[in-house]
Amino acid sequence: MSDFIGDWHALLILLVAGVIPNQVWRMLGLWLGGGIDEGSELLIWVRAVATAILAGVIAQILVQPPGALASVPAGLRYGALVAGFVAFMLTRRSILAGVVCGEVVMLAGKWWLG
Amino acid sequence: MSLPPLDSPKWKSSFRAFAEGFKSVSATILAAVLFATYLGIGALAHDSHFSLLWTLLSTILVWAGPAQIIVITTLGSGATIIQSALAVTVSAVRLFPMVVSVLPLMRTPQTKRWHLILVAHFTAVTLWVECHRFLPQVPRHRRIAFVHGLGFGLLCITLCANTIGYFLAANLSQTLDAAILLLTPLAFLFSTARNSRELSDVAALVLGLLLYPLFALMNSGLDVLLSGLVAGTVAYGIHRVRVRA
Repeated sequence: MSDFIGDWHALLILLVAGVIPNQVWRMLGLWLGGGIDEGSELLIWVRAVATAILAGVIAQILVQPPGALASVPAGLRYGALVAGFVAFMLTRRSILAGVVCGEVVMLAGKWWLG
Repeated sequence: MSLPPLDSPKWKSSFRAFAEGFKSVSATILAAVLFATYLGIGALAHDSHFSLLWTLLSTILVWAGPAQIIVITTLGSGATIIQSALAVTVSAVRLFPMVVSVLPLMRTPQTKRWHLILVAHFTAVTLWVECHRFLPQVPRHRRIAFVHGLGFGLLCITLCANTIGYFLAANLSQTLDAAILLLTPLAFLFSTARNSRELSDVAALVLGLLLYPLFALMNSGLDVLLSGLVAGTVAYGIHRVRVRA
């Protein structure tokens, strides 16, 4: 059971680092909503930074992979992403095709390398 | 997926509207992407040594995949709580315009602000897209109940996916575990790329991917935040230059 709960410290961190920073924006949207122009310059900049942070996180998972992903060689991790992206573009932006192709390339590469 | 016509008796009760919302989850391709993403998050949380309860609570309370991944990867790699909180705060800014644009779709003159709290909580990219797709087919006075059903349905999918991913990561061979972990970056990259219509978004995505490895070399403890700020600001600059040209 304690495995399921983990330690309480981690739950507190979840609240501070995860829950509050998210809910602040949702509740602000709820309270202030209406007066904000979705195409305003400030929001365009904010969206660009938010997108770049997400891209950074994607890169972080590939560059400094957690757990079992570290057992896949770096070149194969990047290759799988690139292959997935090519499939994504060729199928007129099908997320499913991109994900499946990336996974297949990774698994095939791992199998081929032994 | 076809919903009952606007004048159908099925819309007479809010409970039926909730049920219709819950059922519409099965009709969305985004639900499959969401499932894959949260399968990956469950595996990621397991391999980063978080508990299952922690993982499920993060899904229920945070309800934003990117933010959850930032928390798990930054904390798991030893960053400070402050860095994680800052990175999540910035990544979550996008929820603000989403909430602002989604609430007018279901507001009526009788709607009190507190009626919309749960809708605001459920608002994230998937719900936001599906609201724009489904709500025109739902009578306005039943839309809040419908969205509650839709959000609850999506929540059920993600909690199942988290649990399955968590146990698969614990019990599968290393190769299959790696395959599940790879789902997250793939699903996020392509769903973000799909939603990037403006030049500034595309530039931010590409620059963010390329700059992170450089910033990681500095090992400042603020890598994700700094590379995001720089890449995002450069992308915005490109947008400004284009607008003026």
